Amino acid sequence: MRLEIKDLHVFYGKIEAIKGISVVVNQGEIVTLIGANGAGKTTTLKTISGLRPVSSGAILFDGQDISGMSAHQRVEIGISQVPEGRGIFPGMSVLENLEIGKYFRKDRKSEMQEDLEKVYSLFPRLKERTSQSGGTLSGGEQQMLAIGRALMSRPKVLLLDEPSMGLAPMMIQNIFNIITEINKSLGTTILLVEQNAQQALQRADRAYVLETGKVVKEAKASDLLNDPAVREAYLGTGAH
Amino acid sequence: MNFSVLTSQFWSLCLSGLSLGLIYVLISLGYTMVYGVLRLINFANSEIFMVGTFATVWVETGLTGHTSNSNPLHGFQLVYTLLFALVVSMLASGLTAIAVEFLAYRRLRARGTNRLASLISAIGMSIILSESARILTHSRPQASPRLMEKTSFGHIAGANFRIDTVLVVISALLMFFALDRFVNKSRLGKAIRAVSMSEENAKLMGINLNRVISVTFLIGGLMTGAAAFFFMTVYETTKFNVGFNLGLAAFTAAVLGGIGNLRGAFFGGIALGLLETMSAAVLGSQWKSVTVFVVLVLVLLVRPNGIFGEAIQQTRV
Ligand SMILES: Nc1ncnc2c1ncn2[C@@H]1O[C@H](COP(=O)(O)OP(=O)(O)OP(=O)(O)O)[C@@H](O)[C@H]1O
Ligand SMILES: [Mg+2]
Repeated sequence: MRLEIKDLHVFYGKIEAIKGISVVVNQGEIVTLIGANGAGKTTTLKTISGLRPVSSGAILFDGQDISGMSAHQRVEIGISQVPEGRGIFPGMSVLENLEIGKYFRKDRKSEMQEDLEKVYSLFPRLKERTSQSGGTLSGGEQQMLAIGRALMSRPKVLLLDEPSMGLAPMMIQNIFNIITEINKSLGTTILLVEQNAQQALQRADRAYVLETGKVVKEAKASDLLNDPAVREAYLGTGAH
Repeated sequence: MNFSVLTSQFWSLCLSGLSLGLIYVLISLGYTMVYGVLRLINFANSEIFMVGTFATVWVETGLTGHTSNSNPLHGFQLVYTLLFALVVSMLASGLTAIAVEFLAYRRLRARGTNRLASLISAIGMSIILSESARILTHSRPQASPRLMEKTSFGHIAGANFRIDTVLVVISALLMFFALDRFVNKSRLGKAIRAVSMSEENAKLMGINLNRVISVTFLIGGLMTGAAAFFFMTVYETTKFNVGFNLGLAAFTAAVLGGIGNLRGAFFGGIALGLLETMSAAVLGSQWKSVTVFVVLVLVLLVRPNGIFGEAIQQTRV
């Protein structure tokens, strides 16, 4: 698996939200995209998933340009996203939410139980709540459900849009631990979008810094953690 | 005004109101299911109903050679013919619905045009269908032959349990519950619910949006077609513009219950059927539409999302 975004431009009407960014995600890596509000992080992930059309540039998945492929086919080839705000189906139970994560694989019914067990072992809390409706879960539980649901399709690459948003510090630790575990033990490649730069940079292998639709910095995550400019702008601990 | 009919014929009015109401329920599913996934009022649904009534007449006269003078059918032959007419009517409406979606909505959706364009396209489809039917039938009403003798099972509590009314009530209830189960339990039904909660998140689940939308139109059309058959069984005549009044009433029922919500359509349809029948008996049939719309306006003033509006909010992001 190798995901490569080449000189991507994306518009909302006449407004150019993504102004030519290039990002590479290699097999087995955790890559993080950090940046302030409105930098274009969500738009980038939506475009990779096929929810926004590409104006110019390419999205290569294992060398093949997928920018013309419809969104559901991208899930089939192994790109799964946990969207910003989690995207839980509120009127469905926890179990139904998980099952629908495997929707397109009706030929793989036999995998269902195995994958449910896999998700429950990562998130034991979900197992206790299989029949509770998704809309009544706490924020942290919803995030667990959203990640578990995305894993049901056995993705090759998992796109995570601000998984720590709105969570208490304990839960943030918990979620990031699990993301690391998914990467290490399941071998799933991860593209992580975060505002919580501290956590993201500690967990990631490489990082890109986005500002108003452009990549302004690209480096090993550990280097960015010690970069004074990044510390000042995103970690709130710069020298004053 | 004649309030005494309410007491003297109460059960009889309830029964006929119920059968009319259930016909509204089935038609309103055509509006409400499509609204659920696309947030679009499918104005062509009234003509999808009309197509079903014509298909029923075509099977019952054209195909079986039955005329208005023929003797009523009995036994197996009757059951076969009725079932066949039901199936053809459902298919005719269901396929029309898919075609309408494909021709009138899909391209507009792909271009990302706004809802207003789709709405106008819907009205256009509605006019095309009803005008074609007008030309083909020279504006003449079409009658279904009386295939079965409308015998009565007898009177219970003063209500005349006529065979066609009872048939409509039972079959329509069965259909509604089958649909409700399908939407809540089946894999495809879950996909429909996912799309109606959030199109984007449904796509992220690997759901093929266009396919789910086609299936939704098909199901709405099948239900509307069944309603068309039941309507012909009870009322026996149709015309190119039959969909106008029935479609409007069914749309009202959907709004009354809370559009986008299956159970809302169910209670909205039955409430409307009963209300219409009762008010026609008390005030005279010329007043029935007035009563219905007065009630609709009053309900919406108090509950803008319809009676079951809150339930819809719950199921949406
Ligand atoms: N649907 C939309 N229509 C018009 N403009 C949009 C739309 N969605 C996003 N934008 C604009 O595109 C730019 C990038 O937005 P995006 O949501 O990708 O940012 P982000 O980096 O995810 O921000 P945040 O950290 O706040 O989630 C912003 O200027 C935003 O206003
Ligand atoms: Mg965002």
